[in-house]
Amino acid sequence: MSATETGAAQETTTTADPLLYHHFDDLEQQNDTSILGMWAFLATEVMFFGGLFVAYALFRHQHWTAFVEASRFQNVMLGAVNTSVLLTSSLTMAMAVRSSHLNQRKPVVWYLIATMVLGSAFLGIKGYEYHAHYEEHLAPGVNWDWEKAKTHGERSDYTEPPKASPLAGANGTRYVSDPSIGEKAKLYYFLYFFMTGLHAFHMVIGLIAVGLIAYLAQKNWVSGCGATHIEVTGLYWHFIDVIWVFLYPLLYLIEPGRS
Amino acid sequence: MSLLQEERVRERDYLTSEYTLKSWLLTTDHKRIGLMYMVSITFFFFIGGAAATLMRLELMTPKGDILHSPDAYNRLFTMHGIVMVFFFLIPSIPAVLGNFLLPLMIGARDLAFPRLNLLSWYIYMIGGLVALFVLIFGGIDTGWTFYTPFSSMFSNTMVVPAAASVFITGFSSILTGMNIIVTTHTMRAPGMTWFRLPLFVWGHYATSLIFVLGTPVLAISLALLAAERLLHLGIFDPALGGDPILFQHLFWFYSHPAVYIMVLPGMAVVSEIVPCFARRPIFGYKFIAISSLAIAVLSFFVWGHHMFVSGQSMYGGMIFSILSFLVAIPSGIKVFNWTATLYKGSIRLDTPMLYALGFIGLFTIGGLTGLMLATMAIDVHVHDTYFIVAHFHYIMVGGAVMAYMGGIHFWWPKMTGRMYPEMMGKLSALLVFIGFHLTFFPQFILGYLGMPRRYFEYDPEFQVLNVMSTAGASILAVGYVLPLVYLLLSLKIGPIAGPNPWNATGLEWQTSSPPPPHNFDETPVVTVGPYAYSPEATEEAINHERD
Repeated sequence: MSATETGAAQETTTTADPLLYHHFDDLEQQNDTSILGMWAFLATEVMFFGGLFVAYALFRHQHWTAFVEASRFQNVMLGAVNTSVLLTSSLTMAMAVRSSHLNQRKPVVWYLIATMVLGSAFLGIKGYEYHAHYEEHLAPGVNWDWEKAKTHGERSDYTEPPKASPLAGANGTRYVSDPSIGEKAKLYYFLYFFMTGLHAFHMVIGLIAVGLIAYLAQKNWVSGCGATHIEVTGLYWHFIDVIWVFLYPLLYLIEPGRS
Repeated sequence: MSLLQEERVRERDYLTSEYTLKSWLLTTDHKRIGLMYMVSITFFFFIGGAAATLMRLELMTPKGDILHSPDAYNRLFTMHGIVMVFFFLIPSIPAVLGNFLLPLMIGARDLAFPRLNLLSWYIYMIGGLVALFVLIFGGIDTGWTFYTPFSSMFSNTMVVPAAASVFITGFSSILTGMNIIVTTHTMRAPGMTWFRLPLFVWGHYATSLIFVLGTPVLAISLALLAAERLLHLGIFDPALGGDPILFQHLFWFYSHPAVYIMVLPGMAVVSEIVPCFARRPIFGYKFIAISSLAIAVLSFFVWGHHMFVSGQSMYGGMIFSILSFLVAIPSGIKVFNWTATLYKGSIRLDTPMLYALGFIGLFTIGGLTGLMLATMAIDVHVHDTYFIVAHFHYIMVGGAVMAYMGGIHFWWPKMTGRMYPEMMGKLSALLVFIGFHLTFFPQFILGYLGMPRRYFEYDPEFQVLNVMSTAGASILAVGYVLPLVYLLLSLKIGPIAGPNPWNATGLEWQTSSPPPPHNFDETPVVTVGPYAYSPEATEEAINHERD
């Protein structure tokens, strides 16, 4: 095909579809581009959370006892409920993607709404947990008091395990500083708030995106029930889900036998 | 092309299609965004340059006499580093030339995500404004590396706003990187296969991998630093169970690859200039293309060579040392291939070529001294001395900035439609080359003799070499100001360039100069690889012209 013919052919497609942006040749190219763009973005996100997972791995290795102690103040039940809520929301999201491929507008909207309801429920439970930690003096930088936290409410019978003997250095020397279990537990709770907070922030963005697309699909303002939009948002939503699937065992289930 | 047609094309190029301020601020045209980036980074370049000038003046004498306090000196070198690294070097070639040229080179009408591209410029500007705020209202004294525990526990300067400025700007890099990767995958013209891509595109693809995978780690380490300072936690404080070395690991996990963010696009530019001015197809195309990717991949596994004296494990140090040596292989492949391209070429020493040849020489010196530093024993000896300063300036200024200047001259006719004055161009290239050597070569000797970096005063025995360095810096400054003047003047008085003043191959030269808003009147169809140059044909053409 000569250059002229190609150019002319593209000229026709450009004018044909109002949903095609001017710099793409056809809708297929446009869709592939959007989806690859989201994958590239998710690669960035993996590395963004990756730095925190490295910090977590390092401190959990260094302060094993303190991390186990600190994680005992987590509400494992609520965490488990939240995990199932989020996994279910990924199911409804996947169903929305499927319905959009089948061009069924009504189910698309309903599945997206279900995803939003489940996502909001997750954030609600998370917020309740945050509030409980705050009440129990377990919020570093805002309300932190390990001594009070240990005796708070039902945990008045709590006994802290004996402090491990200071680590010995290479030549039998001892490290100068040996922070208490409370200081190390504070690190744990900082990482907990930072990681789940960053995760919750991503959830909020995801909820806004899902809501926007549900609205567009309802108004029929996107082509083919917004299949590309929904697929791209779905990728993002599943990514958030996967992050939580790692966060939950790392933060809540360090040594569940003890709790 | 007839005169009438030319008139028609001139009427609707990307610069003259619209004139309002709004048409610039809300543009999604990659060419306009590239120019906006060029103006912004030039501004930051001269801010960083002003800080460097003050430092060199201060270092003319062993005593502190111009700045009066070491604190002011600390703030100067920190701002110099932050501004030059994050606001000039990292966006320089990818966001200006990459933005402008990548779609043209692959025959696309725009980048894949034009609105994200515009957003990246705004994010860059917001980060830049925060950095200016830090600069004006107090500064920061941690060095551009923000090392803990100094930055987290002891520094009383504006660490959090400075970290915020770098954090914000990082997202503009990420967006640029995403855009380049996706564009290269999905927007190529018919017939533009992966191994027909210009090496410029390969280099930018490799750079973008680092943007996407490295930058978020820097962002998260700066966020942890800010959290520690704001909430008085102990993430990097050993007394509270934290670990200051963690910061170094996270920081260099990004910031060593960032060095390749700066130099890979430079290599990409040189790979375009050398074949054009030697009139030869590039030697070993596939090796150069793959070596770019190899550098990008290896870059993520060498960060520990910044930490030989940090107390990391000796075995860790040895492994990082070996991995760092490996980077020399793809880098060497590139240098040898550029040199082999010159062999039996019909070489023209125009301005872009002078810069490109300068790049090859200076990058080689910078790279070889890098090998010395990857050797643990030598590194321990010269750690934190001027040897390091000289080494990385050979890569960043001698490498990245030389290539950027070469690229700007090479594509100036394409971007503006005007030629720059060739004699002035050659003069500035020569001034930069001489000034650069005079500035930084003495610093290798200073460092080897033991002069530490980041000191306000020094032993009198070092003065001669420091005076040489300062004298060189003044020549360098002339070499940088001169192009600013004549390039701006050329916009008004430069001769009209025509679509292809260098007689170069590559799709970007097949459209008019400046290109129309949608780049190509007809989508080009690619049937041959890049660099279809032949010295014989060029000789013939020259002889024909003579007859």
